[in-house]
Amino acid sequence: MAVLVVAAHDNKSVRANVANAVAAATKIDADVHVLVAGKDCAEAAKSAAALQGVTKVLQVEDAAYANWLAEDIAPLVVKLAPNYSHVVMAADSVGKNVAPRVAALLDVGQVSEAIQVVSPDTFVRPIYAGNAMATVQSSDKIKVVTIRPTNFKAVGTGGSAPIEQIGGEGGKGLSSYVGAELSKSERPELTSAKIVVSGGRGMGSGDNFKIIEALADKLGAGVGASRAAVDAGYVPNDYQVGQTGKVVAPDLYIAVGISGAIQHLAGMKDSKTIVAINKDEEAPIFQVADYGIVGDLFQIVPELTAAVDKK
Amino acid sequence: MKVLVAVKRVIDYNVKIRVKADNTGVETANVKMSMNPFDEIAVEEAIRMKEKGVATEIIAFSAGPAQCQETIRTALAMGADRGVLVQTDAELQPLAVAKLLKAVVDKEQPGLVIVGKQAIDDDSNATGQMLAALLGWSQGTFANKLNVADGSIEVKREVDGGLENIKLKMPAVITTDLRLNEPRYASLPNIMKAKKKPIETLAPDALGVDVAPRLKVLKVEEPPKRKAGIKVKTVAELVDKLKNEAGVI
Repeated sequence: MAVLVVAAHDNKSVRANVANAVAAATKIDADVHVLVAGKDCAEAAKSAAALQGVTKVLQVEDAAYANWLAEDIAPLVVKLAPNYSHVVMAADSVGKNVAPRVAALLDVGQVSEAIQVVSPDTFVRPIYAGNAMATVQSSDKIKVVTIRPTNFKAVGTGGSAPIEQIGGEGGKGLSSYVGAELSKSERPELTSAKIVVSGGRGMGSGDNFKIIEALADKLGAGVGASRAAVDAGYVPNDYQVGQTGKVVAPDLYIAVGISGAIQHLAGMKDSKTIVAINKDEEAPIFQVADYGIVGDLFQIVPELTAAVDKK
Repeated sequence: MKVLVAVKRVIDYNVKIRVKADNTGVETANVKMSMNPFDEIAVEEAIRMKEKGVATEIIAFSAGPAQCQETIRTALAMGADRGVLVQTDAELQPLAVAKLLKAVVDKEQPGLVIVGKQAIDDDSNATGQMLAALLGWSQGTFANKLNVADGSIEVKREVDGGLENIKLKMPAVITTDLRLNEPRYASLPNIMKAKKKPIETLAPDALGVDVAPRLKVLKVEEPPKRKAGIKVKTVAELVDKLKNEAGVI
C-alpha cells in the first residue's frame, strides 16, 4: 500500500523538509502520495509534484485548512488514511502538532521523530535527548510516523507526479487562527542551513548577539542559540537548538559561549564539523567539538569574522 | 473551573542515563527520579490560574507504578489540591496514557487539561494531542502564554518561525513549552501540608482502558560516540583547519 506524506507549506511551495519526509517515505514503499491542503495552494501542490519519488499529489482547497489548525487538518488525514499503510510527517512544529492527533483518531500509536527506517514496520528513534537509540516495531494497521528531517537526505526535484483535486471536510469550529509573530530574517533557515553559528549564555546579552550575526553573515550561516540564551531573553524562541527546540545537522556548527548541556548537544551533535569557542576549557562542549578554542569570545569571534573575510 | 494537570515520573534531567547491558532499555534502578520538567510548568500554570481566580480546583494526574505517588505529592506541594493515580506496572505509551487521562477527564469534567509538551525520557511529544483527539477538544500545543476569557482561551504558541496566536473553544488541552512560566519550588510547610491532601488510586481495568503497548521496543542502544577533537591556539589556525582539513568554509 502507498504511503501518505502530509505536507506543510506556505501556499507557494511545500516546506523544504517535505523533501526529507518523501525520502523517508520512499524507504517504506515506492508509492508515495503527498497531501497538500490549504487555501490557494495550487503552487504548493505543484512543488510537491516535482519532488522525486512522489507518485501522486492530493490537493485540497478548503478555507478551513488555511492556517493548519490541527483540529481541522486531522479529520481530513484520518479520512484518507485507510487507503494507506503509513502517514508520514516531518517532525517540525506542524507535524508534532498534527500527527499525534491523527494517530489517536485512528486508534494507533505514533512513532515520533524516526531517524531510520529499518523496515516498513520498524524504525529507530532517539530517546533521552538522543542519549539512547530505540528500535521500535509498530503492530498497528496504519502507522503514523514523524521523521527527523536531518536524518533523511532530501529527494531532488524534476518529477512530475499527477495532481488530483479532492474535497475537504470543512472546519470544526473548535479553534481559530489569530495571527503570528514571526522572526524576520534574511539568513538561511536554521534547520536547512549549511553553516550554523549559535550563541549561549556566555553572550551575556541580546545586544552581544550582533557579533554572532556578523560572523553568520560572512559565512552565509543561520543563527541559533542554546536554551539558556533563549530563556534569558537574548533571542526569540525559534532560535533554540536542542532536545526540545530544533535539531540541526549542518556541515559546520560553531558554538559560541555554549557550555554544552546534554539538552543542547541533542540538537546539534550530528553536525559534520563542530567548532567550540568558550572561555572554560572544562566545558562539555569541547568533548564533542572537532576544533576547540579556549578564550574570550568577544575577542575571538570578531577576529574569526575578519579572518573569514580574507578568504 | 477545574483544571487537570498530568505529571510524569521520569529520570531526573541531571542524571546521565545508562543503556542496559542487555540492550532492553535504560537503567532505572537506583537512579534519581523527578517530575518531568515540562509537567512542572503545567502544574505552575494551573496554580497561577487558581491564584488569579480562573481555576477553582487543581487535580494532579499520574499513571505508572506506586512511586508515582511521590510525583503527585510534588504537584500537591506546589499547590495542586488532590491527586489521581492510575497505578500499573505495565509499560505505558502515549496512546495508553491519553486513554487513561480521557477516562479520568470524563469522570472529573475539568474545563482545561494542561500537560507537558514532551517527557524527557521517551521524547514522544504526543500525549496531549492524543488526549485532545480522543476527547474531541481543541488543542493548544507548545504554549508560550495563555489567557482564559469568556469560554475560550487564547494561546500563544512556540512554532518554527516564531510565535503563533490561536483562540480555542473550551474545554481544551494545553501542552506547555519552556517559556510559559518558571515553576516555583515547594516550601517546607507546603510539603508538610501536601502529605494530608488526598490521592485517589485507580486501576486501568477499572477505567476500562486497554494499555497494551502499540510499539514493541526491539532494542535500545548507545548512540554512536563523537570523538573529542583538538584544541587550536589561534583563530588563524582554526580558519586553516576549517578550510584545508574539514573543507567546510
